[in-house]
Amino acid sequence: MFQILSIKGTVNFLRHAVPISILSLILVIGSLTSLATKGINWGLDFTGGTVVELEFSSTANLQALRAELTSEETEGVVVQHFGSSRDVITRLPVKEGVKSELQVQHVMEAAIKLDPQVIQKRVEMVGPQIGQELAEQGGLAVLVALICILIYVSFRFEWRLALGSVAALAHDVIITLGVFSLFQLDFDLTVLAGVLTVVGYSLNDTIVVFDRIRENFLKMRKGGPEEIVNTSITQTMSRTIITTGTTLVVVIALFLKGGTMIHGFATALLMGIFVGTFSSIYVASFLAVKLGINREHMLPVEIEKEGADQDPLMP
Amino acid sequence: MLNKYPMWKNLMVACIIFVGFFYAIPNLFGEDYAVQVVGTRGAEVTVATQSTVNDILASKNIAMKRSELENGQLLVRVMDGDQQLLAREAIAAALGDKYTVALNLAPATPEWLESMGGSPMKLGLDLRGGVHFLMEVKMGEAVRKMTESKMADFRTDLRGERIRYAGIRESAKGIEIKFRDAENLAKAERFLKSSGNDMVFTDTSSGGNYFLIANLSESYLKQVKEDALQQNITTIRNRVNELGVAEPVVQRQGAERIIVQLPGVQDTARAKKILGATASIEFRMVDEKADATAIASGRVSPNSKVYDRRQGGKVALYKEVMLSGTHIQGAQPSFDEYSRPQVSINLDSKGGSIFSNVTKDNIGKPMATLFIEYKDNGAKNPDGSIKLEKIEEVISVATIQARLGRNFVITGLDHGESQSLALLLRAGALIAPVVIVEERTIGPSLGAENIQNGVQAMIWGLAVVLIFMLVYYRAFGLIANLALTANLVMVVGVMSMIPGAVLTLPGIAGMVLTVGMAVDGNVLIYERIREELRNGRSVQQAIHEGYANAFSTIADANITTFMTALILFSVGTGAVKGFAVTLMIGIATSMFTAIVGTRAIVNAVWGGKRVKKLSI
Repeated sequence: MFQILSIKGTVNFLRHAVPISILSLILVIGSLTSLATKGINWGLDFTGGTVVELEFSSTANLQALRAELTSEETEGVVVQHFGSSRDVITRLPVKEGVKSELQVQHVMEAAIKLDPQVIQKRVEMVGPQIGQELAEQGGLAVLVALICILIYVSFRFEWRLALGSVAALAHDVIITLGVFSLFQLDFDLTVLAGVLTVVGYSLNDTIVVFDRIRENFLKMRKGGPEEIVNTSITQTMSRTIITTGTTLVVVIALFLKGGTMIHGFATALLMGIFVGTFSSIYVASFLAVKLGINREHMLPVEIEKEGADQDPLMP
Repeated sequence: MLNKYPMWKNLMVACIIFVGFFYAIPNLFGEDYAVQVVGTRGAEVTVATQSTVNDILASKNIAMKRSELENGQLLVRVMDGDQQLLAREAIAAALGDKYTVALNLAPATPEWLESMGGSPMKLGLDLRGGVHFLMEVKMGEAVRKMTESKMADFRTDLRGERIRYAGIRESAKGIEIKFRDAENLAKAERFLKSSGNDMVFTDTSSGGNYFLIANLSESYLKQVKEDALQQNITTIRNRVNELGVAEPVVQRQGAERIIVQLPGVQDTARAKKILGATASIEFRMVDEKADATAIASGRVSPNSKVYDRRQGGKVALYKEVMLSGTHIQGAQPSFDEYSRPQVSINLDSKGGSIFSNVTKDNIGKPMATLFIEYKDNGAKNPDGSIKLEKIEEVISVATIQARLGRNFVITGLDHGESQSLALLLRAGALIAPVVIVEERTIGPSLGAENIQNGVQAMIWGLAVVLIFMLVYYRAFGLIANLALTANLVMVVGVMSMIPGAVLTLPGIAGMVLTVGMAVDGNVLIYERIREELRNGRSVQQAIHEGYANAFSTIADANITTFMTALILFSVGTGAVKGFAVTLMIGIATSMFTAIVGTRAIVNAVWGGKRVKKLSI
């Protein structure tokens, strides 16, 4: 049997919980600070505006293109490379009284002046109101997802574990958003989809661990909560590594090969998978232990407490 | 006996997988180059049209793969792109401008497969290129028009009942009717309330001023907006058909928005112009002095002009416009007391007074309805902008029987004509203007690039995962790989089966992600089996325990992911919805293949035998 991890006995994961939790806390606070001060670089989907993607026949001269775009309609334009040196993306903000068609026309005229063979690959125009609505809906979606999960996990497991899992999710979401804020990466609709997928994925990990914790509480007749949690994490460790590994591989494939249009999506997932994997241990499980999870919480309600006479075994 | 599936369960697994594979097959065939013929402006595509088209192609030596007549559309499949261009030219030249002849790509699914409901996945605009518009109907305008017409109604009604009022005007509170005394106000209130005109009346009299405020009732307001939206959708759909685009989408979104998707369209300026170009109607008097020879030679008085009639023939009309279509508020096909088809038209108040004056002076004379539209025939102005051709046609000539007011009927049409006239009249007068609030154009090269990128990411991801599983779990890894591949094919199959599902770039990302995440189920099971073996269980017991114990974990983990996908589906638009759909389908099929599918193979290979060692 070929095995990545061959663990004899139990690894005391929770021994490092305090310092790692502090690190997590710092990351969360840092992310929140960045979100508060720098904010999120909302993409076109949320702010409204016009985007024109161009493909030049040879390396594009951004300086020259910027110099051409000085009309009133194209004021505030952002010109960037997009994917390759020949691909250029221009972003134009929404302007009162300026038609987006005119903005696009100006961009095309400027581009054609520089390179008659330029190709217009993509044009997107979103009205400011639509963007506003979408941003509200998106925020609401993440919130609703978290609440639904809280309810489901409380129902299937126990409130301490539910709280732990939701804390872990919030942790993952905040740090992912924090990275987008810190590096001012474009946050568009596909990134929101990525963040929501992180919510789902990160919960996968947490639930696998929780499932084992519940099972072990019922099966192992001795050992305190910490020991049981440690055992559970150890037992699920190789699964966690393998699944995280395969998912990472495909997300990296998406990141490298998927093209520019889903780059943001892949970035969000990449971040989320990293933080999501360790948050299932050091945030979700640790919090549940700190909230005082014990054997009695795991017993099915209908069954009389048969372990009542074994109280002395519990520390 | 442990680890044996009953026959029915094996059959069920085989059956589900077979169906999934079967419906994935159409995706292998790709697309045929085709030419699509749609009738416009009264013309219909019939079997006769089909045989005409067949003859034209035969005479031009253009080989045809298949020709299908469906829903009043003719689709002719040809061999390649060059033939397609030739075919379009030939057909367009032969059929004339009553038909729209457009290039198209049609799924090349074989007929037997198609007859069993097989069709390939529909590609989103981000994969095939095209334009997406989100249009907003300006409801304020619709409400304003309705309020104006109500004010006019009040004036006529109150006058008719001999109830004296001091003035009617629109204010911030609604329609304000002023009276000189309480008696008239009470009479008016009683009468207006009883006449059932969907209004809510409030008495706001104070200090010797007698006011009655009228507001559109909540339900009526909703109705007005709903009508405006529906009518605009109909209008826009007609115009989209004019573009001759394959598989266009015109859909309502919410209470006041309309989505228009035009796959394959690159020239957005043209699309916008046609969507925005208003067809319109004019009522003009027929020049009876012009006789048949004068009309034929075109030598009519300088005040008149000769027009074609839709039904054939020509007629001379005076140039003076009696009434333009902007005053038309509604037009419905109906039947008179002898069940002859007619079109009931109602005008706004201004149109009503104009019309009543003109008709008074022209009783017994013929009046014509002229239909005007701007059509794109591909020509361009010298500066490169699109040149729209103005088409004018007389759609009906009727004799004025009596003085007409705001509501009147046009008779002398057959059933189909009354339907299409009503439609055209309505199309000519948009109740409320529309504005484009969102526009997305994806070039065809970017679309192809997106597909290529997505597929490449999938191949790389899949290859690494498959190799890893094979090396790490050996025989069981092979089974997991079979399950993974089957899972992928089934996602494609299910996507092809669901009529509304559209594959988008994030959708492909969803499939790639499914590949990475779907192994989770198998990994959970296999790790559990290994653990049980380590704990000294027998092989059969370990397999049994492994599957049994992992089940609830897999279910919990997948249900929560499914929930987030569902939320994503409900808030997302377009491309993101596509992601949510593939993710949901992927979760469902991966649960099935990972738990039931692999178990069936494992049971068949190892179940019920004396096995000492497992290749895991």
